[in-house]
Amino acid sequence: MEFDLFIQYGPALLKGFGVTLLCWIVGSFGGALLGFVIACLMRWSAAPVRWILSAYVELIRGTPFMIQLFLLYYGGPYLGLVLSPVQAGIVSFVVYGSPYFAEIFRSGFQAIPKGQIEAARAIGIREFTILRRIMLPQMLVLITAPLTNFVIILSKETAILSVVTVPELLFETQTMAAETFTYVEPFLVLSLFYWLLVVVTAELGRRIEIRSTRHLKRTASST
Amino acid sequence: MIGAARWTLLISISGIAIAIVLGTFICAARIGASKPLRMLSGLYISAFRGVPLLVQLLLFFYLLPRIGLDLPALHAAILAVGMCAAAYVAEILRSALQSIPSGQTEAAEALGISPFALWRRILIPQALRLGLPSLINELILLVKVSSLASVVGIGELTRVSQNIAGQTYRPLEIYLTAALIYFVINFVLAQLGRYAERRLAVD
Repeated sequence: MEFDLFIQYGPALLKGFGVTLLCWIVGSFGGALLGFVIACLMRWSAAPVRWILSAYVELIRGTPFMIQLFLLYYGGPYLGLVLSPVQAGIVSFVVYGSPYFAEIFRSGFQAIPKGQIEAARAIGIREFTILRRIMLPQMLVLITAPLTNFVIILSKETAILSVVTVPELLFETQTMAAETFTYVEPFLVLSLFYWLLVVVTAELGRRIEIRSTRHLKRTASST
Repeated sequence: MIGAARWTLLISISGIAIAIVLGTFICAARIGASKPLRMLSGLYISAFRGVPLLVQLLLFFYLLPRIGLDLPALHAAILAVGMCAAAYVAEILRSALQSIPSGQTEAAEALGISPFALWRRILIPQALRLGLPSLINELILLVKVSSLASVVGIGELTRVSQNIAGQTYRPLEIYLTAALIYFVINFVLAQLGRYAERRLAVD
């Protein structure tokens, strides 16, 4: 077992971790934002728009992320879309995540009792205000768990970006493995690292969930 | 590419077969009476769910020969995919099993039915039926993640598409075709799943 090579490759691995974090965080936020827009359009727009969006959702969910990444990175230039690996990674992440996020937001919309929205409309509150002041605050609490879950899934999907040479953690580890001809130790350590990342994120999500649902329990016990 | 799609299907279907068998045992251990077994299966589930499949694939690919298991790359990939999916299947089955009324188990015990027969004849058939939608979902996920096997050089759909794209310089058309093939496979699987669900429905 040779673990001392981790010291030698430390800076490269740290940089790789930075790229992993960058793609993960920017990709998750972008995906959630796009997903939210899709969920809103699915709810409030005309039928043709809805058909196009549901075709988009079905196509993205029915094809592997790696193929989407290849299409964007290798196919994009033929349509005049030249992206660096990191840019392609982030864009494909946003696109790939958006339908899943849209589904989560849709389930959140549906969890708000219809009566509340009808009542708000009846007293003349604008649609946008209903969304911002009545639906969002309530549904964000409810969808924290599925959101955390999907963000965790995305943290693992960042590893796939290595195949289009995005210099993230797995890519740097592979470089180190290839240069030193040691394969087992780097990938074992890497597994442990990803596992820790997932466990920590899950715990963080659980805490946020507990905090954000505290008032729900209080109202539940007082009634 | 159609030929390569067969490899994709082979990896997915053998993967899910391994996952269901192994997942059943892990699930049994997870909810069983023995504490060490419960902890071990918990560790297994956590480990396989917490590590990216691509990293697992690479680890299997390099680790197995090191510990004296010289499997062909294809078998190593199927094993990795199957063992990873087993963790998810175990959780699916656990949630399905927990929705079977405990009275059934108690009744079976009262009637003197052996634990093995209890699992084989009462619990597993019902858990499989309850968990069917999630299991089909898992199979569809497997079809998609089988694309990762291309990284360790297995000539499935993604790998073959890469080769063709590299030779013809037409990545756009090739990858769109590959995406379409994946989509069709998953669409057909989803329809089959719905058909099976209707057939197995009790009412």
